[in-house]
Amino acid sequence: MADAVIVVALLLVAVSATAAVAVRDPVRQALVLAVLGVVLAVLFTVLQAPDVALSQLAVGSALTPLLLLLAVHKVKRRGRKEGRHR
Amino acid sequence: MSRRVRLWLLAVGGAGLATLFVAAALDLPALGGDHHPYGDRAVHASLARHTANVIASVNFDQRAFDTLGEMTILFAAVVGCGVLLRQTRDEHRDRPAPEKVARPVRRHALLVLPVALLTGLYVIAHGQLSPGGGFQGGVVAATSLHLLYLGADYRALERVRPVGLYETGDAIATSAYVVTGLAGLIGGTAFLANTVLPYGTFNTLSSGGTVPLLNAAVGMEVACAVVVLLARFLDQAVEIEEGNGK
Repeated sequence: MADAVIVVALLLVAVSATAAVAVRDPVRQALVLAVLGVVLAVLFTVLQAPDVALSQLAVGSALTPLLLLLAVHKVKRRGRKEGRHR
Repeated sequence: MSRRVRLWLLAVGGAGLATLFVAAALDLPALGGDHHPYGDRAVHASLARHTANVIASVNFDQRAFDTLGEMTILFAAVVGCGVLLRQTRDEHRDRPAPEKVARPVRRHALLVLPVALLTGLYVIAHGQLSPGGGFQGGVVAATSLHLLYLGADYRALERVRPVGLYETGDAIATSAYVVTGLAGLIGGTAFLANTVLPYGTFNTLSSGGTVPLLNAAVGMEVACAVVVLLARFLDQAVEIEEGNGK
């Protein structure tokens, strides 16, 4: 039973990690990355590592996507401005 | 180097790595099982010092020096980010105009903020007792403050987040960790040795000797570091514009 749960969690990780690479738009990528963070947290919990799961949840699904979105926002704003000048 | 040779080189390297991985994986003990030489010793050492969360004991007692290194990495990374993302001479600051926030977003953000902040602080405070600890709780507490940016606007966030104060807090917390380590050197036996304080009653907030202190120092350091890091990113994303504003 426990093995089945681990296999499901591993498959979910593989699917969402592949999706994170396959999605090309950085904004969507950040969102998929957040989902990947949650799925990884589930995997770590299933493997009885709640400490790591908590770190993964906090960093992988909140902090990293947030930093990515802010960076994308900055780059896009600069692009808009240069477009206006031309 | 032609494309063909490069592909061949990649294939050879990849095949070698894959072989080594498979060879290593075949030698690993099976998943699960009941023979854990390191785990048993770590649990024994942790219980001997009245620390309920063995992970906290490993992080802040048995391998406290490792944690000092990790903490310094985060500190250095945030300092580096601050230097890279600073306002340069050919940039200027534009105050962002207040923006309208959809009412459900505002309501939910302001509802979740205190809960998330309290959760973060709880996770830090109970690091030595239950899963979590300074790092996890610090990140949660620091990111929860930024719900104010979602629920209200950038100015409201700036009011509760004087960045200078958090920068000082970051440095103080890092020093506090080192000072606690030095206390072990002076009052006990070695740097970061957990022999200075009484171990207390098992499974209470003050148990574990120096573990709660080091845990709290890491919590403060991580919370301040994340706030400063996000502040630098937000500055660049929202406020700092190119050109010197003339």
